[in-house]
Amino acid sequence: MVNFILRNIWQRIILLIFISIISHAIVHLAPGEPALVDPSNPRMKAEDIQRIRAAFHLDEPLHVQYVYWVKDLFTGELKSFKDNQPVMGKIWERFLNSLPLFVIATFITWCLAFPVGIRAAVHRDSTFDRSSTFISYALISIPGFFLSYLVIIFMVKTFNVPVLGMRTFGLEDASFLFQSMDRVWHLTIPALMSAIAGTAVLSRYVRSQMSEVLHQDYMRTARAKGLPEDQVIYRHGLRNALLPFITMFGLTIPALIGGSVIFEQIFSWPGMGRLGYEAILARDFPIILTLNFMTAVLVLVGTLVSDILYAVVDPRIKF
Amino acid sequence: MSESITTFEMEAPPSKGLFQERWDILKRNTMAYGSFWFLMFLLALAFFGKILTRYIVVFDPKVVRLSEKFLPPLTVFKSSITPQEDAPTFGIYLFGTDELGRDVFARMLEGTSVSLSVGFVAVGIMLTVGIFFGGIAGYYGRVKLGFITVDTIIMRFVDIMLCFPTFFLILTVVALLPPSIYNIMIVIGLTSWMGTARFVRAEFLALRDQDFVAAARSQAIPEWRIIFIHMVPNAIAPVLVSATLGVASAILTESALSFLGFGVQPPDATWGNILSDGKNFLFDAPWLTFIPGFTILLVVLAFNLCGEGLREAFNPKLKTTS
Repeated sequence: MVNFILRNIWQRIILLIFISIISHAIVHLAPGEPALVDPSNPRMKAEDIQRIRAAFHLDEPLHVQYVYWVKDLFTGELKSFKDNQPVMGKIWERFLNSLPLFVIATFITWCLAFPVGIRAAVHRDSTFDRSSTFISYALISIPGFFLSYLVIIFMVKTFNVPVLGMRTFGLEDASFLFQSMDRVWHLTIPALMSAIAGTAVLSRYVRSQMSEVLHQDYMRTARAKGLPEDQVIYRHGLRNALLPFITMFGLTIPALIGGSVIFEQIFSWPGMGRLGYEAILARDFPIILTLNFMTAVLVLVGTLVSDILYAVVDPRIKF
Repeated sequence: MSESITTFEMEAPPSKGLFQERWDILKRNTMAYGSFWFLMFLLALAFFGKILTRYIVVFDPKVVRLSEKFLPPLTVFKSSITPQEDAPTFGIYLFGTDELGRDVFARMLEGTSVSLSVGFVAVGIMLTVGIFFGGIAGYYGRVKLGFITVDTIIMRFVDIMLCFPTFFLILTVVALLPPSIYNIMIVIGLTSWMGTARFVRAEFLALRDQDFVAAARSQAIPEWRIIFIHMVPNAIAPVLVSATLGVASAILTESALSFLGFGVQPPDATWGNILSDGKNFLFDAPWLTFIPGFTILLVVLAFNLCGEGLREAFNPKLKTTS
């Protein structure tokens, strides 16, 4: 077991090194440098551009730049090109904003998807199954921002829900309870919108997993023993169908950054996705690279944990 | 796609061919079968739309009529300021006009071919790369290069690609490269091939020990020919499914990029950029948002339903249960 974990960690570290090299190469080889963001500015003379390039090591060969980046990243010295703030600090601040959105959206997703998927699988080809299938496909197929606009119009007019930013301006002196309620109120729609597509996809997986399990022999045995139907489905069926979802959990983590760009942009949510988007616009290479790197770390840690959990939960898997 | 289907029917024994049998299963799934014909209709529409907006200009998407802006759908043309030759075909704005007085119907028609070609070219790239890597990994899996196998190298590379947050990667590359419709197609294609590669590899692992492969090898047929001519057609089912679903996600990705301002740039109209331009006038001219929005919904839905129908039809387990 320990051997297995150590070998996995070792493999993942090698993967991580390759990921960082590839993402570094992609970002630096693409045309468009930070110094050229504002080419029409008359105050930017050739020697200024040269000075900026030298300050950010942009005139060095690519592999030297890579070493600089890795060194700065691990000593915590990495500074943003744009405002010279420490990158880790900036990302941490935005991460704290993204985290509640991600946690609540994931929570909504898993709480909704499982009941819907299980019911659809148990009552296969019923009206519920057909309509939930159709609705999930419709929700997967609609562009996220289009749906968000429809919901914004409807919700704001009917319920007066705030849709911009994280808090109401001018509430800094209010009591803690009031402030946190304001936070939750602001979180409602963004979390709901980012949960919708995930719910649709996940409920399809749950349905297909469940309907596969329902045909197994041990289900028939459980029924033959005379167990009540609920126990057959939830004790014997669901617990076996749950296994693949342990793996899926590790793979949902990139959504923390990548999937949230659109929704954070719509709802002006100052999270990691928007930080990345702004960094791309400003050609702020350290932030882009570090965000990419951190997502990769999160994914690898997530898959490692889910691999270990898988082995712990499923006794059929041996090392 | 349809060509490979017909050749298969001819090679098949006089009973039902594989594709004929699967096709009958697909027919039973009404929604998938309906979406298939809807997509065929859409392809025809894209083809004629391209001709009618570009070569024989019946619906001109480029005419700007500033006095005619923000007209709701089904408005009859009766302006005295705009010259008569700029009038819309049939004298009616079927889908209304946008902020420059352009005919939305003509623009949507032009966008059909552009949006679909973004989807198809991206999927073409995705399939080429995916089949290539999946095929090599599956066929040469046991060959050792130094101390690691070919299979390990390729599948680790797939793992690396899966670790990137895809949309963020697409956004980074598209934003850094000069804006062009080809870059978008290539980037979407190059970031989505991992699933196909995995499917093809999994099929190849089962296929490479079968008799027909051994027979082909015994006749000294070149290995690339065994891989791409003999084995790939046998692994086509998962490829077909991921291609259909891939078109759907490519169209969605393009519209998301358009929303952030990095999509296909203005002279070309796509559903995505009509939608993201239209959202600025959501209250004054809701049809500018709703028409492209629901079009994308319908078309992507049709692709998804069709793809899922194909997946069910090609599921070997299904034959025994039904």
